[in-house]
Amino acid sequence: MAFLIRQTLVYAVPLMIVGLAGIFAERSGIINLALEGIMIFGAFVGVLFVRIGQQAGWFAAAYAAGNWISMQGFVLLTMAVAALMGAVFSLLLAFAAINLKADQTIGGTALNMLAPALVLFLIRIIANQNTLQMATGDSASWFMVKKTMLGYDKKAQLGFFASAFLDKVYFATYFCLLVFVILSVILYKTRFGMRMRSCGENPQAADSLGINVVKMRYAGVLISGALSGMGGFVYALTTANCSANGDVAGFGFLALAVMIFGNWKPLNVAGGALLFGLFKCIAASFSTLDINGDGVYALAQLGISAHFYRLLPYLITLLVLAFTSKSSRAPKAEGIPYDKSTR
Amino acid sequence: MKANNSSFWKKNSTRSVIASLLSIAIGLLAGSVVILIMGLTNPALGLGSALEGIRLVLFGIFSTGRNAAGALTFGFNPASIGNMLFRAMPLILTGLSVATANKTGMFNIGAAGQYLAGTCATLFIALSIPSTSVPPWIIWLLAFLGGMLAGALWGAIPGLLQALLNINVVIACIMTNWIAANIVTWLFDISNLKNMVENTKSGYIYKTTFNNVATPKFGLDKLFPGSQISGGILIAIVLAIAVHIIMTKTTFGYELKACGANRHAARYAGIRDKRNIVLSMAIAGALAGAGGSLYYLAGNTEFFWNTYQSLPAAGFNGIAVALLAVNNPIGVIFTGCFMSMLNIAGLQITNLTAYNEYITDVIIAVIVYLSAFSLIIKMWLGGREKKSAAPAPAAAQSPPVPENKAPGAADNGKEADA
Repeated sequence: MAFLIRQTLVYAVPLMIVGLAGIFAERSGIINLALEGIMIFGAFVGVLFVRIGQQAGWFAAAYAAGNWISMQGFVLLTMAVAALMGAVFSLLLAFAAINLKADQTIGGTALNMLAPALVLFLIRIIANQNTLQMATGDSASWFMVKKTMLGYDKKAQLGFFASAFLDKVYFATYFCLLVFVILSVILYKTRFGMRMRSCGENPQAADSLGINVVKMRYAGVLISGALSGMGGFVYALTTANCSANGDVAGFGFLALAVMIFGNWKPLNVAGGALLFGLFKCIAASFSTLDINGDGVYALAQLGISAHFYRLLPYLITLLVLAFTSKSSRAPKAEGIPYDKSTR
Repeated sequence: MKANNSSFWKKNSTRSVIASLLSIAIGLLAGSVVILIMGLTNPALGLGSALEGIRLVLFGIFSTGRNAAGALTFGFNPASIGNMLFRAMPLILTGLSVATANKTGMFNIGAAGQYLAGTCATLFIALSIPSTSVPPWIIWLLAFLGGMLAGALWGAIPGLLQALLNINVVIACIMTNWIAANIVTWLFDISNLKNMVENTKSGYIYKTTFNNVATPKFGLDKLFPGSQISGGILIAIVLAIAVHIIMTKTTFGYELKACGANRHAARYAGIRDKRNIVLSMAIAGALAGAGGSLYYLAGNTEFFWNTYQSLPAAGFNGIAVALLAVNNPIGVIFTGCFMSMLNIAGLQITNLTAYNEYITDVIIAVIVYLSAFSLIIKMWLGGREKKSAAPAPAAAQSPPVPENKAPGAADNGKEADA
């Protein structure tokens, strides 16, 4: 059970943070279909940064000394770089959608095509293969937090809470949760957040009150890009052993679905992300999943094909959307280029 | 004479063609710049190799390899051109699929899943009916029609979800894509069609020629010796012309376009908008399914069945093909050929230089990005025209920015037809 919770969080947190990325873009009035592409780009930038850092020996001394706290600093630094480059990449969408009043769906699709192409082109030249990995070691030995680091004995039997949340976890996961909470509060409780949301509902009214719609929409898309870039790297770090191959297995699109399912509200998105994280986790590890700790792999014994578990998250998304779409309420002005003259 | 000339330049279709050519030029330029930057910043590559890469990006279709001195040689290469036509076939059909849906205001990002559905149905039919008891041409026909039907059903699902439950067609298409990838993998995994005869081909399905089923070549293989070309390209062209006729000459086509232009106005005029949305997605699905079907019915390509983590590129490149052709079915034939030409150029780059084929995907992505604001480019072209030619009412020429949520590409298509 502890394993299930831990693994669910690993899958749910990237979904959550990228879902929030979608909220920021759409609440400011821009449809960001490029979440997937920006994740791919962020994952690549992050892994490349780790690789360059390792080759330059930035954290070699800390690693040799077993100083795990400064290793977490390395992770945070990489997340910041991935977020920055994600924001830069999303400028392409912001420029096309806001300044040129382009079709946002097509613009997003273009970025979704550009990111894997560019990333694979560079990876093939850098690494001579289709996967970019860390220069040495793996993500578990470099970045994972284990119970011995927190002062527990190697053989100590941990309680339920400790074994679910403190052993074999990534600090990045909790940092993302923190960012999620802070940004949700900003979106709802600050002047900036409320102004941004007003631009997604009625930009004409917002403009008449002196809010700069163009600036607000740029802010929405850039925050969105930063969050998805960071989420992409966290995905690569925690589920792909810190490697990038121009693919995040449709996580960006799932995040988009989670956002719609969560009705463009952070708390609902968090719940949706946990639900889909659970299904993703079951799909990945159902054959060795021991839910109640009695040593029986209950799901494996059901004899249902692995393929079924794999398609379950997508099928459930469609079913849930089918039941919730009647009550779903998108930001009114999303997808419509802002034109001052139509006030 | 001058009046004639200026009306030619003012025509909307002319401007669409110029905008597309401009997009292509900028896309190729962007790809060249990426290669140049990589060549100059990477000491192992250098300027010389970058220039070779750029020459291959532009003229890869005419590449004949390297001569004894190691320099690139160019000339007529029948195998490359034949392969280009072979690879253009699925792109033309997925492009048609996206274009047809766009005309009804649906952004069909699900062509990849429909392509897979068509592939799956075709391979099952073509390989399961023994050719010893049934004539191969009947099996071919059944397999082709089965592929189209499967694609149509798969395309109708997002159409139904949009029409009846108001689920955004983009999200529905993305989900059905991944569901298709998983179901296809599942079906082939439990089937007995996995290639067990050739050891090197593990992970692949038998070619349809194992059952003596293949599209006739109509003598094209004599024209382009050494290539993979099949008669499917002719079928694709016939389908493109058929779609063009349906869209421009029939009431049904008019109703579809009316729904795309303004769904509410169409309903007010007595057009059944929900039915048309579902039908348009079904037709789009059938076309994409036909693409997958014909590609594997050519009989010289194996299908990699364990595909649950990846979607066929033909589906997404179909979006680029349709956008570049501003949703014109005849234009799709040419843009499909252009995309596959890039594809061949990419292979030549991988074979002959230190760069790789993904650079052509970058170019395609840039072209799609530019077509997102092709309206702006067209308006800009129109504005320049206004200055040089007689004063024309610019407002009538330049289409307004789309205000409804339907993808603006739908508007482009109708203008191209007008």
